[in-house]
Amino acid sequence: MINVQQDDFVVADEYQKLADDNQDGAVVTFVGKVRDFNEGLGVQGLSLEHYPGMTEKVLDQIEAEAREHWPLNKVTIIHRVGDLALGEQIVFIGVTSPHRKAAFAACEFLIDFLKTKAPFWKKELTSEGSKWLEAKASDSETSQQWSTKLTN
Amino acid sequence: MIKVLFFARLREQLSTNSLQIPASEHMTTELIRQQLASTDELWAKVMSADSLLVAVNQQITDWSHKVNTGDEVAFFPPVTGG
Repeated sequence: MINVQQDDFVVADEYQKLADDNQDGAVVTFVGKVRDFNEGLGVQGLSLEHYPGMTEKVLDQIEAEAREHWPLNKVTIIHRVGDLALGEQIVFIGVTSPHRKAAFAACEFLIDFLKTKAPFWKKELTSEGSKWLEAKASDSETSQQWSTKLTN
Repeated sequence: MIKVLFFARLREQLSTNSLQIPASEHMTTELIRQQLASTDELWAKVMSADSLLVAVNQQITDWSHKVNTGDEVAFFPPVTGG
């Protein structure tokens, strides 16, 4: 399931939906939150913009790619857009699999690729005004490392 | 016509969400970028950013991608979600 939404999500509800199949021995979830610092500036909140239509397509592609590499059963990707306050949840990734290693790896793969491929943009509200976030070279290196790892 | 979209920092810098440009033969993503850059100094600066990304019909692509009438072309900075 892929959802791009303004509303918050409840982790317990998402977990329940993921965990109701007894074929799966493993459920791995990741939640990304708005944290209070970035590059030395105090962050008070952020605003998330996306490219409606393309975002969903890219997330579908990333999910399909993960399914090519690992035996996954359920996959949930939720990403919020709009204005988010400090401490709020931004993103939820949940995967289930018969095996834990596949679930851990796929969850990490999904968030790493979401960060470098899906058209979302964060604008931070800091003590010195609002500022668009710069993409981190370390994030694209992480997703490149996956490509190397998975082709070897 | 070709629909052109701008997102995030680009949208703000250009004060433009979207615009329509007439399609012509042999149109490419690079030619659209150059055409937009010729608008004025501001557009020239924004459209020449090294980090600029382009998508055609919601798929990231390169600067030699052919663009046809009815296509949706989007320009945006590197993504920062998650």
